[in-house]
Amino acid sequence: MSGPILEVTDLTQHFPVNRRDVVHAVDGVTFSIQRGQTLGLVGESGCGKSSCARSIIRVYDPTGGRIVLDGEEITHMSQKELQPRRKKMQMIFQDPYASLNARMTVRDIIAEPLLAHHVVKSREEANDYVYPMLERVGLTREHAGRYAHEFSGGQRQRVGIARALVLRPELVICDEPISALDVSIQAQVVNLLRDYQQEQGLAYLFIAHDLSMVRYVSDLVGVMYLGQLVELCAAEEIYAHPLHPYTQGLLSSIPVANPKLAREKEQSGIEGDLPSPVNPPSGCRFHTRCPFAKEVCSQEAPCMKEVSPGHQTACHLY
Amino acid sequence: MEPILTVDNLKTAFLTSSGKVQAVRGVSFSLNKGEIVGIVGESGSGKSVTSMSILRLLPDTARIDPESSILFEGRDLSRLPKKQLRDIRGQKIAMIFQDPMSSLNPLIPVGNQVEEMIKIHHRELSGEELRKRALALFQDVRIPEPEKRFAQYPHQFSGGMRQRVMIAMALANRPDLLIADEPTTALDVTIQDQILKQLRALQREWNTAIIFITHDLGVVAELCQRVLVMYGGLIMEESPIDDLFERPRHPYTLGLLRSIPALNQDKGARLDSIPGSPPDMTNPPAGCPFAPRCPYARQICARELPPYAAVGEGHRSMCWLLQPDAPAEGNPFREEEAR
Repeated sequence: MSGPILEVTDLTQHFPVNRRDVVHAVDGVTFSIQRGQTLGLVGESGCGKSSCARSIIRVYDPTGGRIVLDGEEITHMSQKELQPRRKKMQMIFQDPYASLNARMTVRDIIAEPLLAHHVVKSREEANDYVYPMLERVGLTREHAGRYAHEFSGGQRQRVGIARALVLRPELVICDEPISALDVSIQAQVVNLLRDYQQEQGLAYLFIAHDLSMVRYVSDLVGVMYLGQLVELCAAEEIYAHPLHPYTQGLLSSIPVANPKLAREKEQSGIEGDLPSPVNPPSGCRFHTRCPFAKEVCSQEAPCMKEVSPGHQTACHLY
Repeated sequence: MEPILTVDNLKTAFLTSSGKVQAVRGVSFSLNKGEIVGIVGESGSGKSVTSMSILRLLPDTARIDPESSILFEGRDLSRLPKKQLRDIRGQKIAMIFQDPMSSLNPLIPVGNQVEEMIKIHHRELSGEELRKRALALFQDVRIPEPEKRFAQYPHQFSGGMRQRVMIAMALANRPDLLIADEPTTALDVTIQDQILKQLRALQREWNTAIIFITHDLGVVAELCQRVLVMYGGLIMEESPIDDLFERPRHPYTLGLLRSIPALNQDKGARLDSIPGSPPDMTNPPAGCPFAPRCPYARQICARELPPYAAVGEGHRSMCWLLQPDAPAEGNPFREEEAR
């Protein structure tokens, strides 16, 4: 098969808060994910990265734009039409404590998508899928009869991963899958996700705020600020040559686990707080915090343009 | 230099329905005036309980072992009557927490909450004087438009601004020691960066000693002068900051450092993760708590707790591999020294 697994064009997701005001959660985001690749999406809380994921998986009805999954437009499909297509696209959630049903055994949690999609007809039949999947994510079949509360955070996340992968999806949306886990456990989960990708050739949309982890897992990285994509390029490139002033500030804010480098580091960072997404600033949304802002920045919104091959950014400086 | 705080053999346990949870099992360290020490560890390592034990901010089910001592300016805080302890809390030793929202009263304007903090320890001050001092604190922690912000309520503040208010309150009485328990964990990196700069500036200006608790080795590298690495209720390794990152001398520290991808990490290579999960503290292992997950563990490690080995200036580590009779073969520390 050819063509990207997911194409998102000019995606817009607004939420009315009252009769007058609207939260501009996602505003005109465009990207695509090739089969077997990983796109990392980074940004601060409130930048719209999770809203973006939820619009794609159609938890929300997008306000505008197009979402094309595996060559088929799903932007305005009814839930009934979507149902058979959901097999291709699964999700892993941030909080392994809240995203597993406390009253279901691990077996039932992993078997549920199989039954919902009529892959199997009975729970007994589901075991043929559940047991190998449990072993694949580093648990054992003895764990199948237990409940979520009997597991540690890392083990719960493995159950959440098993539930998402058991349908053999072609795209998995990972919404901050490791940020609730301890450092030593994060690496276990990331290794698991990467190994599975190499075996099965599935694609990931990997959302996180830990930039060093995003660079490590992603082929492409997109940086979001106040509902908009401000920079999109290869993962190495974004760290080697960040173009957008926001990306530069974000990168210099990451604490470096090396005391000598930390002391030499330029003390730049980003001043101030995130403006409200109800009344986003005019022009470039970052101009209120940007050290290089010119007059044009507050008047005209910059468009995404390709500055060097494969490297796009939305900034008047380029 | 005279230490301002000396914690000796601190043991704190919690009595629960499923047994005694031995959260801290014998922690000793000291802190000099104006020094920033980091305590790093995962959830359940005992790092927060250690800091809460210093001010005895513990639930009723907690028990501090009678043989423990926490010497602060010549007084043992573990034995001090409640009333005298109250004079120290917020005055000589202040604390900031992870979640600034649940630490502020949502019904009282933020400025009044800062004023109250000053008033508790300075009853003689007039209303006008209190306001002046509180406003000055707002400026010290760089809250923009302090006059306007003063009368606002906590919900009108962003997470980063709330944490600045907490820092203002903590610094209201110019404490000698500030205990910060994951104060930036709930914040975005750009805001975390601002808060860390703020803490560094205040420490430089007022010479406040800081105990900074975190799980993030990056934050430690940026802020601290010395580090304690905790695991299973014990200090596994203590070291000056540079030495810890250049010559880690405990397999747990090694594992932690290897499991964070560096910004120049080879993407083809797998991350070195630490297998398994932390020990159950109702029934801690008899030997080294890290032994079940340690790639270098030998028989003795599961049986007996190793003593500390001095491995450099102010650098100690609790590991059998550092003992004089440890085998050289398969020993990461000996192999490194031989090179």
